[in-house]
Amino acid sequence: MFYREAGDFKTSYTEDNQTFPIKFDRYRYYAVLLVAFAVVPFIINDYWVNAVFLPFLIYAIAAIGLNILVGYCGQVSLGTGGFMAVGAYACYKLMTGFPEINIFFHIILSGGITAAVCVAFGLPSLRIKGFYLAVATLAAQFFLVWLFNKVSWFYNYSASGQINAPERTVFGVPVTGAEAAPWAAYLFCLVFTFISAIIARNTTRGMAGRKWMAIRDMDIAAEIIGVNPLKAKLSAFAVSGFFVGIAGALFFSVYLGAVEVGEVFGITKSFLVLFMIIIGGLGSIFGSFAGAAFLVLLPVLLKNLLVGTLGWPTDLAAHLEFMIVGALIVVFLVAEPHGLAQLWRVAKEKLRLWPFPH
Amino acid sequence: MLDASEGYTTEDGRKIGGVVMEMKNITLRFGGVVAIQDISFDIREGEIRAIIGPNGAGKSSMLNVISGFYNPQEGEVWYKGAKRPPMKPYEVARQGIARTFQNIALFEGMSVLDNVMTGRIRQMKAGMLAQAIWKGKAEREEVENREVVEKIIDFLEIQHIRKTPVGRLPYGLKKRVELARALAAEPSILLLDEPMAGMNVEEKEDMSRFVLDVNDEFGTTIALIEHDMGVVMDLSDRVVVMDYGKKIGDGTPDEVRNNQAVIDAYLGVAHD
Amino acid sequence: MPEQLVFAMEVFLNGLMAGVLYALVALGFVLIYKASGIFNYAQGVMALFSALTLVGIMEGQVPFAHLINAIFGTEIHHFGWHVPALLAILFTMAVMVGLAWVVNKLIFRHLVNQEPIILFMATIGLAYFLEGFGDIMWGADIKKLDVGLPQGINTWIDESTFNIFDYGFFIDNLDIVATVVAALLVTALVIFAQYTKQGRAMRAVADDHQAALSVGISLNFIWVMVWSVAGFVALVAGIMWGTKSGVQFSLSLIALKALPVLMLGGFTSIPGAIVGGLIIGVGEKLFEFAIGPLVGGATENWFAYVLALIFLVFRPQGLFGEKIIERV
Repeated sequence: MFYREAGDFKTSYTEDNQTFPIKFDRYRYYAVLLVAFAVVPFIINDYWVNAVFLPFLIYAIAAIGLNILVGYCGQVSLGTGGFMAVGAYACYKLMTGFPEINIFFHIILSGGITAAVCVAFGLPSLRIKGFYLAVATLAAQFFLVWLFNKVSWFYNYSASGQINAPERTVFGVPVTGAEAAPWAAYLFCLVFTFISAIIARNTTRGMAGRKWMAIRDMDIAAEIIGVNPLKAKLSAFAVSGFFVGIAGALFFSVYLGAVEVGEVFGITKSFLVLFMIIIGGLGSIFGSFAGAAFLVLLPVLLKNLLVGTLGWPTDLAAHLEFMIVGALIVVFLVAEPHGLAQLWRVAKEKLRLWPFPH
Repeated sequence: MLDASEGYTTEDGRKIGGVVMEMKNITLRFGGVVAIQDISFDIREGEIRAIIGPNGAGKSSMLNVISGFYNPQEGEVWYKGAKRPPMKPYEVARQGIARTFQNIALFEGMSVLDNVMTGRIRQMKAGMLAQAIWKGKAEREEVENREVVEKIIDFLEIQHIRKTPVGRLPYGLKKRVELARALAAEPSILLLDEPMAGMNVEEKEDMSRFVLDVNDEFGTTIALIEHDMGVVMDLSDRVVVMDYGKKIGDGTPDEVRNNQAVIDAYLGVAHD
Repeated sequence: MPEQLVFAMEVFLNGLMAGVLYALVALGFVLIYKASGIFNYAQGVMALFSALTLVGIMEGQVPFAHLINAIFGTEIHHFGWHVPALLAILFTMAVMVGLAWVVNKLIFRHLVNQEPIILFMATIGLAYFLEGFGDIMWGADIKKLDVGLPQGINTWIDESTFNIFDYGFFIDNLDIVATVVAALLVTALVIFAQYTKQGRAMRAVADDHQAALSVGISLNFIWVMVWSVAGFVALVAGIMWGTKSGVQFSLSLIALKALPVLMLGGFTSIPGAIVGGLIIGVGEKLFEFAIGPLVGGATENWFAYVLALIFLVFRPQGLFGEKIIERV
């Protein structure tokens, strides 16, 4: 009753192909957009933006990127942290090298640069498969972090070895640097998240997405029916790298403002984003959001509950978080490999029929 | 024997054209094992050509050579009057050769519709950027090809499972979806690797009807491997018989049936 | 003899020693992979966990002391006794067998016939869980582990090389012990896999689950056994590395060192793990020695991976791995 599709007829293939074919879904989507763009910016404060909203939006972009590679194309990558670092350092070099250009373009360009790097590291995927490839992507992770640590050109020879985001404005409003207002940073990231989600949705519902999924499900058969494996895999690496690079650029410039590469973009970051898409749902854009939200909120909740309310030491809470995350990964892989997104779909199926289950 | 260049008309009135594909002295080895030894035969436009033989005769290897999955060590493949250089399988597919697989090779994580749509790779050319924007070329292309695909879905009577994930389908339907995917490519030559393996009589009848209808309505050239002798003899216009990697017979079903070498090697065994 | 060459020789020898330790960790991976097709990312954390447990038992720590103290406001830490090393090792082994049983019961029995990559990700989850669990159980502070293994410079090698080259090589006694232990362990494992009934059953399971089941081999038993053996290998590795550099979080990162070893040697080959380990151990030390100073050092972080990556592009199955044949 809550959820109806009766009377919702489709008379053309265009209507059938849309992202939210059911009216109810479509309205809810508009409502979420309205709240995100027009309500949230007015009511959020510094704590919420930095603890929840910014990490959520940025991780969602990274998760979408990784999901395209892992969930859609079936190429497991453990190099996400390193690729985010590429985005961050590209953004830093662009921001400091071309201060007259708007930061919006810096971030897009950072995505493009990361895409190129990602493709270069994706080349072995033609020869190596499965977890051989997963381990091979660790090469990217370790090499890139080492590179940004050791080659001082990347951090403009600063003594600390850190990179710091200078203040940049969009329409005269600062979005990076110490003066950036929470709502401005939030909106800036939201725009990127929104665009990323739409692009990801479009590429995955068309022929590009089908080619990726064909490679994922059965690469040999895909090649025999006409998918060029080289192009399909590398395009997945490129699109994935584009998003991950944007996420890395935003993570550095808008969210953190200062970055030490080994700390921020280490291998734990790679695993974190991978966990997001496993818990959220492999091969699902919505799942990328759900997983990002889940793993951003979990530590915040645990900290508030255990440290804030129960008064436990912080390190104990951190260890418990490790245990919970690890256990959740296993539980999801055992019980629901398609993650929160699948749970959501099942719930919707139930709601469609409720209260008359037959 | 039939004339090599001219076409002819079958008893039931179908037009069979000239040679569209010719295998010349194909030899395929895996290390020391000779899978195919010096085999030559041709496939004519519009005909149903069967390759039969006992287990391990090299039939599937032959199909794999045609679809470019294996490159033979010796011999030439002529396609549409030109010699085909060694190619990657996807390049062969883009020349208009589509196939099904002995052990179904569908994309289990995708819906039936998406699976069939993958057959349209050759026809859909929108670039990555166009697809990212979606509105415009990509969407138009999607809808146009969807129309073609829907016709094939209708034709094979799988409308009701259009949006079902393939992994959930029973075996017989999967076989049909795989045929749909191959047909969606509008191939010049359709290769069927044991389309009726593992089916019951009723499913076999359905599948035979589809194969004949495809050939009849779209004029598609079909090359198939099949174990069920009755089916092969009923369906095909000409039959190649293989045994231990060698060709032991080639001709119409009647000719093959009366070929002593074939009877010794294969039919005698199969019919006890 | 030129000085550089002598230095290089010392680096080479140290690299060999390090390589043996890598090989030791890699062995645990190979065992589990051969028997169950699971690529066990948690192997490194298992080494950490076993070392933590060993220290905990030896020192008479109260398990979960921090948790108990946090919940009940108590201040308990130690039982107040000390367990001799050998006995503690036996206890720890029992814990590792228990862990093997639990892991098999709760996780991998439910993932039979899943794709390898799913199993791989499950072991990453297991690694996270075990890391948090180990820290909560025994505390996350750096611990000293001393089970009585000889440590420090080997004076005999130092003196005899000094007599020859005028320069004494620094070789740690512990490394020599580790090399001997690793060699013994490998021999034992090979004998076990080739000549015992359980070893044969293990290889049968690795080849084909279904077929093994159909001739009456208990999958559960084999898997628990294999995870136990892997736990034992982890314990040995944990003792060696723990003695060398203390029991701490970074111990779990030796798994990351072992991965390129596996890629190089092939996931299914015990000799591969050993040769791969040696190549990487020597390679990264020599590379750091020769090229490191030119590019700012710390090349050990990535050298092994890049080497393995380049190698794999030319030989995807690794040095000794079985050739991958694709069929349709």
